[in-house]
Amino acid sequence: MWEYTDKVQQHFLHPHNVGEVEKPNGTGEVGSLACGDALKLTLKIDKDERIVDAKFKTFGCASAIASSSALTMMVTGMTVSEAEKITNEDIADYLGGLPKEKMHCSVMGREALEAAIADYRGVMLPMAEGEVVCECFGVTDLEVIRAIRESNLRSVEEITNFTKAGGGCGKCEDRLREILHATVSEGTVTPVQIVGHPKRMTTLQKIKKIEEVLEREIKPVLRKDGGDIELVDVDGDFVMVSLRGACTSCAKSQTTLKEYVEKKLRELVLETLIVEEAK
Amino acid sequence: MNCDADKVIYMDNNATTRVAPEVVDAMLPFLTDCYGNPSSMYNFGGQVGTAISQARGKVAELLGAESSEIIFTSCGTESDSTAILSALQAFPEKRHIVTTRVEHPAVKNLCENLDRLTGHKHRVTRLQVESDGTLDMARYEEALADDTAIVSVMWANNETGVIFPVEKMAVMAKERGILFHTDAVQAVGKIPINLGKLDIDFLSLSGHKLHAPKGVGVLYVKRGTPYVPFLAGGHQEEGRRGGTENVASIVGLGKACELAGKMMGEENSRVKALRDRLEEGLLASVPKSMLNGHKTDRLPNTSNISFEFVEGEAILLHMNIYNICASSGSACTSGSLEPSHVLRAMGVPFTAAHGSIRFSLSIYNTEAEVDFVLEKMPPIIAELREMSPFWKAE
Repeated sequence: MWEYTDKVQQHFLHPHNVGEVEKPNGTGEVGSLACGDALKLTLKIDKDERIVDAKFKTFGCASAIASSSALTMMVTGMTVSEAEKITNEDIADYLGGLPKEKMHCSVMGREALEAAIADYRGVMLPMAEGEVVCECFGVTDLEVIRAIRESNLRSVEEITNFTKAGGGCGKCEDRLREILHATVSEGTVTPVQIVGHPKRMTTLQKIKKIEEVLEREIKPVLRKDGGDIELVDVDGDFVMVSLRGACTSCAKSQTTLKEYVEKKLRELVLETLIVEEAK
Repeated sequence: MNCDADKVIYMDNNATTRVAPEVVDAMLPFLTDCYGNPSSMYNFGGQVGTAISQARGKVAELLGAESSEIIFTSCGTESDSTAILSALQAFPEKRHIVTTRVEHPAVKNLCENLDRLTGHKHRVTRLQVESDGTLDMARYEEALADDTAIVSVMWANNETGVIFPVEKMAVMAKERGILFHTDAVQAVGKIPINLGKLDIDFLSLSGHKLHAPKGVGVLYVKRGTPYVPFLAGGHQEEGRRGGTENVASIVGLGKACELAGKMMGEENSRVKALRDRLEEGLLASVPKSMLNGHKTDRLPNTSNISFEFVEGEAILLHMNIYNICASSGSACTSGSLEPSHVLRAMGVPFTAAHGSIRFSLSIYNTEAEVDFVLEKMPPIIAELREMSPFWKAE
């Protein structure tokens, strides 16, 4: 069973603004029956560009219904340019958070809002112009890139949680990983090691990579304090190292080992590595 | 912890069942005084061993098997893995497996991961099902090949309750020298089984689906069938499954099997009547609702109904307000983003698959409960449909 906040439960069981606005001048329809969730948002926008009424119809789970209800509450009274700034994170925050596997419900809310505003303005949405990456759920590369940037996504799994891409047959996983790589390395977001599916590495590959990281990243830092480190052995995920120089008499050497060396190796080589001191 | 079990209307018995009070009573001495190890030489342990033998006899009786053919395991999944991997090891030159598209993940995922598990290259034929969830016997016959090591086909489907003709399928496998395994986790206790007269080599069952506790299962291995243990270790279960016996649960399972034998008639009359009342009532009172699965080749307790244009999780959470427990094959409840593999294999349209609800009853359900569900369901569906952009009120 999902752990929904009280706010999600309230908005699900007693949703606000269910239905369709009479003579709407902004309508956004996203999702489909096949995808398992869909939202039709209708807006009434007055001549001062203020949203005076918002209603929704949603097919979907509790968090999809709650996100829709929350969205209509949030936008009513806002000007169009204020509403445009609403992100999916804002919708999730309004509900006191959503389970991570359900974040795509808040994304659907934001997409419907964008579609409704585009409809009001009579313009095309750029998202639809992208290239479809995930055929199961019809998700384009532009949508994926946007989600990576806006929600600071770091793995294919997170992309799936937010956009559903990759959640069906899984054939697009490699392509998603490429997009993730490209988007992250563009520098638009803080580059960190990409945590995807657990990598498989042979011991030899591990040793080579660990040596490389030790030389390039770790040793220079330890040497500054008069210490040093040597790789002794790699057995599965266990990395045996030997501390040298000032490290041997340093009271904090265990902290250095776990908090710095292990963290660094996990980040740059393999997330499952365990660093131990060879006795 | 207080679960308010009295307030719950439990119609999710294919997920798990209430442990029968008689079963709890039978188990208690083995959780308190009688803690000896059944392998020990002294009487204090030996009498525990006797209790296990008696339980084995009761399981064998329910299945129409011999006691020596019953191996206690930890769960249905272990039994499934043991049977399939055993056959592959017994016939290393045979590289083919026949199964279906609608197996429980215990078998489905095992077959999909065989390369990783065995390091061999295995071919797996996954038989398609018809729109009513039944199998085409001609296609099954075609699938059986010279190098087929084992057929693994569930006796009854957990989602729809549809029963497969495993008796006949086992005969066809036997004629070709192929081993036959059936995951009978949903069938045991609900329909009569007499293995002594059948060509089934392996059968898996799980205690918690028939009012015994979780954490105990059985693998039936027909006398003479080649067998390689999955858990090697001690000499327990005559060396066929290492690990100290889960004594209390095994004793509980024995009691549960004894009860199941006595209740089989009620299961197929009173429980079936309740199920039919529920099913017919819902189909009549909720427009655009439909039954998933064959109407008659089906377990007496299971009903899988789709309510079009609404989503399963939303339905379940509304039912939860009234303490009604059931399951759904919708994407949001399957743990993935796609609806149930069983309903998809049957070609149930997405409009219906997302809104499928499985009710599975037991001898503990009452007519009053069924009537309560019949009263509460139509407004729940109507309310959610009011909200659905796809629903056009007629």
